[in-house]
Amino acid sequence: MSLRDVLSPFTAWKHVINDPVTIKDPFSREASDRYRGFHQNDMDKCIGCGSCEEICQNAAIDMVPVEGQNAGPGDSGLRPMIDYGRCCWCALCVDVCMTGSLTMSNEYTWVDSDPDAFRFVPGVDAKSWDLEPKGYQREDERRLTGTVRAPMGETCPEDRIGNFDEIVDGFTAEQAIIEADRCVECGLCVATCPAHMDIPDYISKVRDGDYEGGLQLLYETNPFSQACGRICTHKCETTCAAMHEGDAIAIRWLKRSITDSVPRERYFDLIQKPDVPETGQSVAIIGAGPAGLTTAYDLARKGHQVVVFEALDKPGGMMRYGIPEYRLPYHVLDHEISVIESMGVEIRCNMRVGQEISMDQLKTAYDAVVLSIGLHQGRSTRVPGSEKAEAAIDLLRRITAGEEVPVPEQVAVIGGGNVAMDIARSMARLQKIKHGKVGVTVTALEELDRFLADKEEIEEALEEGCDIFPARGPQEILVDGDTVTGLRTWKVDAIFDAEGRFAPKYDEDDEMVHPAGMVVEAIGQMADISLLGAELTEQLEWNRGRIMIDADGQTSEPWLWAAGDAVSGPDVIHAVADGHRVAVSISRMLTAKREALQ
Amino acid sequence: MFSFSPDRSQYPQPGPDGKVEVDLETGKYLKLWHGPNHPGITGNMSVELTVCGDEVVEGKTHVGYLHRGFEKLMERRTFIQVFPIVCRVCVPEPDFNEYCYAAAVEELAGIEVPEMATWIRTLILEMGRFNSYMMAMGGISGALGLGVVGQWMTYTRDLMLDRFEELTGARIYHMFILPGGVRAHLPEGFEGRMEEVLSTAERYLADAEKLMFHSSVFKTRTQGVGYIDPALFERYGVTGPNARAGGVAKDVRKDSPYLVYDQLDFTVHTEEASDIYARTMVRFKDLHETIQLIRQILKKMPKEGPVMGNLPNVLHWKIPRGETYIKGESSRGEYGYYLVTDGTGYPRRINVRGPSYTHAMALLEHLISGTNISDVAALMVSLHTYPPEIER
Repeated sequence: MSLRDVLSPFTAWKHVINDPVTIKDPFSREASDRYRGFHQNDMDKCIGCGSCEEICQNAAIDMVPVEGQNAGPGDSGLRPMIDYGRCCWCALCVDVCMTGSLTMSNEYTWVDSDPDAFRFVPGVDAKSWDLEPKGYQREDERRLTGTVRAPMGETCPEDRIGNFDEIVDGFTAEQAIIEADRCVECGLCVATCPAHMDIPDYISKVRDGDYEGGLQLLYETNPFSQACGRICTHKCETTCAAMHEGDAIAIRWLKRSITDSVPRERYFDLIQKPDVPETGQSVAIIGAGPAGLTTAYDLARKGHQVVVFEALDKPGGMMRYGIPEYRLPYHVLDHEISVIESMGVEIRCNMRVGQEISMDQLKTAYDAVVLSIGLHQGRSTRVPGSEKAEAAIDLLRRITAGEEVPVPEQVAVIGGGNVAMDIARSMARLQKIKHGKVGVTVTALEELDRFLADKEEIEEALEEGCDIFPARGPQEILVDGDTVTGLRTWKVDAIFDAEGRFAPKYDEDDEMVHPAGMVVEAIGQMADISLLGAELTEQLEWNRGRIMIDADGQTSEPWLWAAGDAVSGPDVIHAVADGHRVAVSISRMLTAKREALQ
Repeated sequence: MFSFSPDRSQYPQPGPDGKVEVDLETGKYLKLWHGPNHPGITGNMSVELTVCGDEVVEGKTHVGYLHRGFEKLMERRTFIQVFPIVCRVCVPEPDFNEYCYAAAVEELAGIEVPEMATWIRTLILEMGRFNSYMMAMGGISGALGLGVVGQWMTYTRDLMLDRFEELTGARIYHMFILPGGVRAHLPEGFEGRMEEVLSTAERYLADAEKLMFHSSVFKTRTQGVGYIDPALFERYGVTGPNARAGGVAKDVRKDSPYLVYDQLDFTVHTEEASDIYARTMVRFKDLHETIQLIRQILKKMPKEGPVMGNLPNVLHWKIPRGETYIKGESSRGEYGYYLVTDGTGYPRRINVRGPSYTHAMALLEHLISGTNISDVAALMVSLHTYPPEIER
């Protein structure tokens, strides 16, 4: 022990003149820029997907309805309520937020004698830190869920233009799992899907590799899952939570990956008719499209006898006669319909109601009749020469039926919807086969970014060599004797007037002539209602040219229901949803009738 | 009438088997609870002392005051949901839990961590070590009545907490090392502010050195007290500074380098005496080593690059069957996470190996017999144990 050891501790006295080091005033101290303090939620961005609630390990977040936030497409209307008695400030909710709406301020001091005050909805219950720019935010590069869609292979334009082979490859098993992994299971898509398909659950089946379980789930809500896996308008993908900061989940392709992965013959084992007694009641369905066959599928599974009357050669309706084979191969559709038939549904083809059998006969012979006749008549532009134009829908039907159609070297199409793209691309293929080159011109009133057709359809049409002229209004179909020679168009200045009514305005000085040996009109379809007969047409109530139906799909006649494109507009998944709705209503009526007789 | 005889030569008397028979009825012995609410370092844990006069005859350690069942809670949470829990296993140095858990998950899930993230992780671990050592230095001096050193150390630790706050967004439970990387880059100007903290710390440490290692009181109270026979190290699982104070130059950072420790220069300090003084001295030198390591990391680390690898969607993250043990050198010794996965979205088992488990229970019971009551606190603190990691 040295003298130094005795003296050196006294050096601490030099600090006696310093301020104390341990006192800090916590109330006047601002936290750091990325401090994890009380939450903020941007109501303009939040979609109520509930991913924050899902990831919270303390169950501190509850999704609750709040005033002023209504549920709608892509928004559950719910908002996160945070219980700060449970929150551990880990900010996983901020990290997982699908829209980036949830952040944290750097405010951390708040005194209140009411414990309930510490449970509130950020962004709704106003707080002093709502607009505080500082606080914890997720760095851009860092994500807890995948943002990029798994790539989908398709045949290159050069290889696909000379034939009607399917062009989309479908996911491989690995791609499907990667894509399915991105889903956060918020269910916003379920609310958007007209048939309310159980999307998150079937996606989770893909993740687990349980394709057979997935198929059974699909058929609970959609007997046209194979078709919808290819050609559905996939409104679900427009409300997907993943689209806000990345690509929407490829829900349609995942559905297809399930249906493609289950061997054909296994369908009949997996999708079986439930063991229900036959009711002895029968239903006639007019039209073997998606609406009619869905109704038939549902009613047959409930024990009713179902007969479907189809005017054309084969069942499928617009899926067969409207959608080209390169988008939906016929063998897929045939198989899909054979599953429906295995429920005991009888389909009578080449039976045009109104000719082979009358509505009256159906009304007498069956307990209920469903009208699902689709939209098989093309609308006309009624411009001079339009009587020489072809209707897209007619032409597509003839191509499917294998009839010979004229294939001039140059074709002009009027219309910017999916049907226009279908006919343009079908004609392009026929031209390639016949003439070795493509010569298709598509003109439409809308600007390209406002076309009604799907983006992919437009892109693929361009890739295949079709020329697209947006904002062109048809003025005349040029005819030389009996032969069509071209289409004359004006530039469109506006499509709608100030009141939003359809009243196109043209720039007459900007005229173009599109030479063509054939002009095809693809500007919309309507239902052929001649089968109803004058008396029934008179009896039924109508709404702007469409048969009026109630919320259950029933017409003003107690024995007649209507479903599908003819009442809901052209869309397969809407038709399926209609089919379910009508089947429930009919079944309820039939049960009541049965019980009344007992 | 109270009478006191300083002559205790006749008791405690060992029995034929060498063990002391304690019969409280004789009035020679007294049960004394040391804890559980002991201010500062030893935390919520108590030692049931049997004393004879001021001499400790035996001590029984009692833990359980902090048992929150973390390991079981983790089995009920998804892999990402475990992340906010792990740091709570050890309050003063939480980052080791975050690192070990993240590294275990990354190994079993096959996730690659960007280089930038490994540097930031190393920085965080050294900052945590700094804080932990500061608490240890403050604790040992406080336990010996040198309150002023405790104040200085707490203040310097607080300055480092400010740096933690600006880097991670929190002061105590940082929740910064996510599986896959870390949450953010260094904030702008961080190096400069860190240097201020480090040089302030060095100034206070220079003063503390005079009050501790050059103090006759400190030396008297610590030299030769709480001796751990190096032969017992293996038997009692003694690691870290406690072992290095007995001449065992073992350090996981050197022996099996993880993160970027193989790219850093540092010395593993040892002492020979294996008493409280030696253990404190090892920590003191290690603290200086940590300060220079933080400087070195900030100098050598890349200036840009991603901080996060690709994670699958964490909301339904399943990890294939497997098991792994990830270890690192914490301020108290070897810290490890044993993770077992079974292919589901939840860990099958997580076992935390906290060095306090071995140091604070069996070893303490062994060392405590024969010491003076007034040395018990210093002895406990010199083992540098954190009760929360005993009771996971």
